[in-house]
Amino acid sequence: MMMLELKNIRKVFNQGKSYELVAVDGVSVSLEARKVTVLKGPSGSGKTTLLSLAGCMARPTSGRIFLGDRELSSLPERFLTEIRRTHFGFIFQQFNLIKGISALENVMLPAYPLGGTHIALKKHAEELLELFGIGRRASSKAEWLSGGEAQRTAIARALVNDPAVIIADEPTAQLDTKLSREFMDIVSRLKEQQKTIIIASHDPLVYEASMIDRVISMRDGKIEEVES
Amino acid sequence: MILHPAIIALLVSSGMISFLALYADYYGILIIRKWDLRSGSGNQLELERRTYLISTILAYVFGFQLFSLFLYVYTADSLCPLFTGAMCAVGTLKVNRYGFPVLLLKLANFILAGFWLIMNYADNRGYDYPLIRIKYAFLALLTPFIVTEAVLQTLYFLGLHPDIITSCCGSLFSGTGSGVTSSLSSFPPSPMKVIFFVTLVMAIGMSALFSRTGRGAYFHGLVSAVLLPVALASLLSFVGPYIYELPTHHCPFCMLQKEYGYVGYPLYLTLLSGTVSGMGVGILMPFKKRASLVDVVPALQKKLALFSFICYILFTIIVLYRIFTSNLVL
Amino acid sequence: MHTWIEKQRNIIDFTLSSLSRRKGKNIALLLVYTLLVFLLASVMFFTYALKREAALTLRDAPEIVVQRMAQGRHEPIPRKYLEVLKKIKGVNSVRGRLWGYYFDSVIGANYTIMAPEDFPYAEGDITIGSGVSRARLVDQDDTIPLHTYDGTSIPFHVREVFSSESELVSSDLLLVSEADYRKLFGTSKDLFTDITLKVRNAKEISTVAEKIVMLLPDTRPITKREILRTYESIFDWRSGIMVAILTGAVLAFIIVSWDKASGLSVDEKKEIGILKAVGWEISDILLMKFWEGAVISLSSFLTGILLAYVHVFFTPAILFKPVLKGWSVLYPEFRLVPFIDPYQIATLFFLTVVPYTVATIVPSWHAAIIDPDSVMRS
Repeated sequence: MMMLELKNIRKVFNQGKSYELVAVDGVSVSLEARKVTVLKGPSGSGKTTLLSLAGCMARPTSGRIFLGDRELSSLPERFLTEIRRTHFGFIFQQFNLIKGISALENVMLPAYPLGGTHIALKKHAEELLELFGIGRRASSKAEWLSGGEAQRTAIARALVNDPAVIIADEPTAQLDTKLSREFMDIVSRLKEQQKTIIIASHDPLVYEASMIDRVISMRDGKIEEVES
Repeated sequence: MILHPAIIALLVSSGMISFLALYADYYGILIIRKWDLRSGSGNQLELERRTYLISTILAYVFGFQLFSLFLYVYTADSLCPLFTGAMCAVGTLKVNRYGFPVLLLKLANFILAGFWLIMNYADNRGYDYPLIRIKYAFLALLTPFIVTEAVLQTLYFLGLHPDIITSCCGSLFSGTGSGVTSSLSSFPPSPMKVIFFVTLVMAIGMSALFSRTGRGAYFHGLVSAVLLPVALASLLSFVGPYIYELPTHHCPFCMLQKEYGYVGYPLYLTLLSGTVSGMGVGILMPFKKRASLVDVVPALQKKLALFSFICYILFTIIVLYRIFTSNLVL
Repeated sequence: MHTWIEKQRNIIDFTLSSLSRRKGKNIALLLVYTLLVFLLASVMFFTYALKREAALTLRDAPEIVVQRMAQGRHEPIPRKYLEVLKKIKGVNSVRGRLWGYYFDSVIGANYTIMAPEDFPYAEGDITIGSGVSRARLVDQDDTIPLHTYDGTSIPFHVREVFSSESELVSSDLLLVSEADYRKLFGTSKDLFTDITLKVRNAKEISTVAEKIVMLLPDTRPITKREILRTYESIFDWRSGIMVAILTGAVLAFIIVSWDKASGLSVDEKKEIGILKAVGWEISDILLMKFWEGAVISLSSFLTGILLAYVHVFFTPAILFKPVLKGWSVLYPEFRLVPFIDPYQIATLFFLTVVPYTVATIVPSWHAAIIDPDSVMRS
């Protein structure tokens, strides 16, 4: 199984300008496969940026990222996206479902560019929604879903290409305690399915949960401490 | 100048294509100078994004170039009643000295743009953009051709005055008279037929061989490159007469007209597509050794060879069909 | 290959749903686009159909018309020239023609008046075109007075009004007998307006024309080809002017397209960001934008052409009449024979779809490079 390794990662936004921002400053960390890792820290600590770097959504300004022994940091966008599509599933803080289309279509979206037949794709998406207990809401438009339903749809979407790594950014920020607990149950289930899970959160319900293998604290773009 | 809608359309689109090419070129040169894949800096990311824009632009340029080639000939054809002595496109094109050069440039630009797109496709499939600098250097070479074509085309249309007397295909493509076209037209049909069919069979054979075994890329490219002028000469020398059922009618444009079933279009389209992809196979060869392209190039070459194979077969079928159903015997 | 098709299918699916979610913005663009195609197509269809009609009309015209020139102007030609012309080798038939213009001071219009060789009616009878009939409110069996060159008035009995099918050529036509014609204009018996010749072999027309000039130096032979050419030039020129004027419209259209394409709403930007975040790459977004453009272009193009077709051929081009016909008091009502060819479609394509596509390339690309990162942060 592949390990995700970040070596001396630095990410600078608006480089050279007066409002230059160093979001991540010289971070080196190895993220183990099949484990649940939590990035903890206040807002502005760089954990969201680190997530997007780890998940191949952005390229570091300097430093190297390895997936197994394959170097990702200098890959052109096309290849980066391909890797991201097949290896990573994202769950965003605001869920980020597309309004105006159904939950089912939202789930199918990440697979469109891959060119599978529409029918097979639809079936797979329906199965995923069933898995999370919202099969009956498949044809409802995204804006009519409740908070919990929207989140489950987002999770289903993250799983549609059967990725090895799930990345979640502040997943419980929009949820009440009950739903937050349900989310952590899902995380357990995913861990049982051999998935690697990386979560960024400042919610104690998340980083103090029992199935967490490692907590990495961040502040001002640097790692403060690592506890297992 | 003649205010004909098609002329305006051609001028407008050539102008736009030139503008696009120059725009693409500007960024191309920037890329050649500043490209550094290892760096993750903002500028590099910006450049990588630009390459998408340039590829898109050139894909469109290629498509429009092909259309404008045919539209140009069609326009020349429909304007011929305005010029004394002109019976078809040839007459219109001969009105001033820019007519034919523009046509040749359009053809050349189409072929060159095709090569660029093939190179671009290969480059994008390599994980480290291996051909990026060569590609844009090539583009910088291609742009002057495109701009020249637009300028000459404008000059051509400006110089079209309806009272100029011109000559028709009968005199340009006749057996008598001097000049390349006359010599080609007066070339005795039998040896020409032999040359043509031999080259055609070789092209088909090579494309089949290459798509199955992956060997003989340079030869395939070479045969395709030879096939283009041979086929064009053959169209003049004997295929034309078969189509027109008149041994002295050698015009390459009349076969685009309705009365001959617009057969010129499939003929030229298959010939051009086939030879461009065939030549493309040869062009890719030098890049096969690059690390990131080791798998990409052979796969692409096979696809191109297969495509050229299909085009050549279609071309052959159409030519043979017209020869055998013709009432003429040469 | 199969995957490629499925991928296109999927993306087109999403594109269509995306377009329908933003109906307001897209409808405005569709309307403008369709209007532009409609205008340009109408101009083109109209002029092409007219050109074709003219060509068809001229098909049976004589190959050469010989006119006598004096002081640089067209003058009546002597009857004795007929004998000279008959002797030229290759000339089939030689006929004298009588025709001229009659100015009607009542309504200020010019009619074409002719005395055909085979006038079916008697002296004192006349056949008129429907334009004349409408303008002077005279019908079959009515009387219409015409003035002679020396001021007297001759009442003519209308025996026939030309049918509307031939309006394009006959609208302002008056046909009378030879005797009446000569009476009206005072033309003596040994003069004709001009002489027509039919030449057997088309290739010999220019040779014959040269001979005519040699034998009769005060004449000018006009070949059918030259007439056709003049018609073509005029039609092309007029339609060219319209198109040149409409170039302004095309430019405005380009600007509007650019603007619409660049002005992505916050929602749209977010949507693209989400797509990028879930795994769509730049080329996938570009593909989506391509299909967007294709759908919009195709619908506008087809609708515009269809409307133009109906406009020109079923409701005879009401909008263009004044510009394209020229200043004439009499205006023929007529139906044009529908005629389009692929060439016109291609030209229209270049004048509309190409500018639109070019205008949207860069905005599409700007949309495609939206950072998925931005989605993470919102």
